[in-house]
Amino acid sequence: MTLLEKCFPKLRGGVHPEGRKELSAECPIRPMPLSRRLYLPLQQHIGAPATTLVNIGDQVLKGQLIAAAQGNVSAPVHAPTSGLITALGDHVSPHPSGLPVATITLESDGKDEWIATECCDDPFTLEPEVIAARVAAAGIVGLGGATFPAALKLNLSRNSGVQILIINGGECEPYLTCDDRIMRERATEIVAGIRLIALAVAATKVLIGIEDNKPEAIAAMQAATHDTQVSVVVMPSMYPMGSEKQIIQVLTGREIPAGGRPADIGVLVHNVATAFAVQQAIFLGRPLISRLVTISGGAIKTPCNVEALIGTPVQELIDLAGGYAEPVARMVLGGPMMGQQIIRTDVPVIKGTSGILALTAAEIGQSDSSPCIRCSTCVRACPIGLLPLEMAAHIRATDLAGAVTLGLRDCISCGSCSYVCPAHIPLVHFFNYAKGELAAQERSKLKQEATKKLAEARTERIERIERERAEAMAKRKAAREAKARAAQEEAEKAAEQTATETT
Amino acid sequence: MNILTHSPHAHARVSIHKVMITVMAALAPATLFSFWLYGWPAVNLWSVSLISAILAEALVLRLQERAVRPALMDGSGILTAWLLALSLPPYAPWWIAALGSVFAVVIGKQIFGGLGQNVFNPAMAARVMLLISFPLEITTWVPPAPPGSPQAQGILESLRITFFSQPLDGMASASLLGHVKTEFTRGIGVEQALAGHFAPLDALWGSRAGSLGETAALLLLVGGLFLIARRIITWQAPVAMLLGVAIPALIFNHIDGNHYAGPLLHLLSGGLMLGAFFIITDPVTSPNTPLGQFIFGLGCGLLTWIIRTWGAYPEGVAFAVLLMNAFTPLIDMYFKPRIYGRDRKGTALPVNKGA
Repeated sequence: MTLLEKCFPKLRGGVHPEGRKELSAECPIRPMPLSRRLYLPLQQHIGAPATTLVNIGDQVLKGQLIAAAQGNVSAPVHAPTSGLITALGDHVSPHPSGLPVATITLESDGKDEWIATECCDDPFTLEPEVIAARVAAAGIVGLGGATFPAALKLNLSRNSGVQILIINGGECEPYLTCDDRIMRERATEIVAGIRLIALAVAATKVLIGIEDNKPEAIAAMQAATHDTQVSVVVMPSMYPMGSEKQIIQVLTGREIPAGGRPADIGVLVHNVATAFAVQQAIFLGRPLISRLVTISGGAIKTPCNVEALIGTPVQELIDLAGGYAEPVARMVLGGPMMGQQIIRTDVPVIKGTSGILALTAAEIGQSDSSPCIRCSTCVRACPIGLLPLEMAAHIRATDLAGAVTLGLRDCISCGSCSYVCPAHIPLVHFFNYAKGELAAQERSKLKQEATKKLAEARTERIERIERERAEAMAKRKAAREAKARAAQEEAEKAAEQTATETT
Repeated sequence: MNILTHSPHAHARVSIHKVMITVMAALAPATLFSFWLYGWPAVNLWSVSLISAILAEALVLRLQERAVRPALMDGSGILTAWLLALSLPPYAPWWIAALGSVFAVVIGKQIFGGLGQNVFNPAMAARVMLLISFPLEITTWVPPAPPGSPQAQGILESLRITFFSQPLDGMASASLLGHVKTEFTRGIGVEQALAGHFAPLDALWGSRAGSLGETAALLLLVGGLFLIARRIITWQAPVAMLLGVAIPALIFNHIDGNHYAGPLLHLLSGGLMLGAFFIITDPVTSPNTPLGQFIFGLGCGLLTWIIRTWGAYPEGVAFAVLLMNAFTPLIDMYFKPRIYGRDRKGTALPVNKGA
């Protein structure tokens, strides 16, 4: 890092996509009518899927644990409402593939009856370990979209000593306004959650980063953080400001070492919605069973922000927003820059679903790609300092090693390069393909090594058995021979004796 | 709706076609001014260049069994021919323009694999080919003859000049740099040679003998600044090229003013403005990092000045650009941006938990 970069920390590269936040920013959070059927995938987080604790026909209460975390990196799933478990099995996943995934189907009984919850009168006296344990039990994951189990991050950070806690209120993805709304309407709860997180990791400095295109949210958060150690920092609006690496760079001037974690430089980053979920879990004992979702896009009739139960089918949210006003060219879960296209709307809202976008053809601006003219617009847009055009050329020539040397592993897949490419080359697609290919190669290498080890062990075992058998045979043979010799000697002796006796 | 597409699901409103159109728009003022300055022969030459480039590109694409329309529509071939036309003497015969355009598009670009694949700037490659093969035709300059002046040519006259190689007796004139060079070889110093020949204001407006479009330094500068403002090109390469010419010119002119021309003459003459803003900013043949572009521009400028000062040719922009094009892959290899979380050498930054 040069001295200049240290003195004036700022985002390198980046792009200015059309915000389109005005579509839904002024719409207050709407409650969602109770859905008849909820679909709860066992995997809504990074890590191992949860294991089912219920059976078909079980009656469950709102907030009841229905699937437990499994392994070190995992998160439990709770019933978002009271009702009957009607199916355990595959349901279409909220993923571009639309492949079926293991899902618990819950039929609501309409009573929405809470399980007995454990409230906490003075949460700020809790031990850090207890806070982390309750966050884990509540099934809280990173709600910014990464869905990494939150408690795990708390424990890792506490163990490695974190000084700075950054709360991400950037929301740099176009269209999305759910973080904006939660900051405007639930600032007090968020700040309480932030203080709990700070307590859990013993952070000495807490910064909330908010982009300057959300003045109301900034004002609300500033009012709520008055008289606390928490400070609000206004950041310029630019994509990808809300990416972990970038927000750390802008707010602290530090950079995460390549291949490392924020904890390596004494920083922990959590999203504002995650802080709210932590407050709900510790103060009210409520697990993560709902989240804010922005329903927007040029094809949606009345774009809005709703608080939806996890497991609600996407189609019901679209219906709540009045359905479509224009032909839909593409349905996207998440933001337009990094979100995933879906082809069916019967998929459920999961913990990581920040937005549902129905985009028109004009909005997506799709066009056939033409040859690269090396204009290096992508180089100037890359917030990491990579050479997207060179990396794509290597990947096109199936030279993955070359792409890795150019920094493929440092790519954060933010999509800035694809967004600005005048030739409409799907650069990020190349990079994600290559990353997948590398992962597959590594897996197959590990598998080969394991197979080789097993084969070696087998050969050794067979040899050992052969050897032992040969030894045993030799021993037996020797014994037999000795016996035979003894018998012969005996016979000879006897014969001799007989001979002497007869003579 | 059922075709799966990777994110991002939004795109900036840009395309190669739009980029090329913007560059053409930036070239238009200087081109129109040159039409006014040199009259109908200039229009003829420009048209022949563009038409032959389009026909040649279409034919080559057909031979390669590639789709003709999209490749022609990107506008890169037309732009190449346009730039070439601007670098030609206005009264040059038609076959100079046609041959140059065909060479630029076919040998300069398509043989390498089409747009984005060529190593050398096609327009400059064609110009150098013409200069070496037809030195007479390509260095026969005429003084400006705007409408109303006694030398102004009518349409019929212009057709005779362009298409029937009417001799230009009594009209030929030397370009400024050529004049200085010739006089110098006759033992006449720069200051004396320039007396009565160089007025910076005329040079700025282009009222002197020279190529079709390269004389209007001011209009080319305005076009270049427009492209920088529209973020089609970056400032690094043009500024570096101007510095690369101006700095040595300033130093040497200071040491021996009678032997070396000053920076103003260098900056405002020949193809420097055209080269700095429109030729070396060609993305395909220039480096892809800001620092690399600066070094590339500086090299182009220095070589231009060296060739102009000590070379056999009075003008050196085209040679300088081709030489630096050959260095582009090398510059790209050595000047890469620093990757986030790594130092310049590519090793990960140290873990630093301390405040």
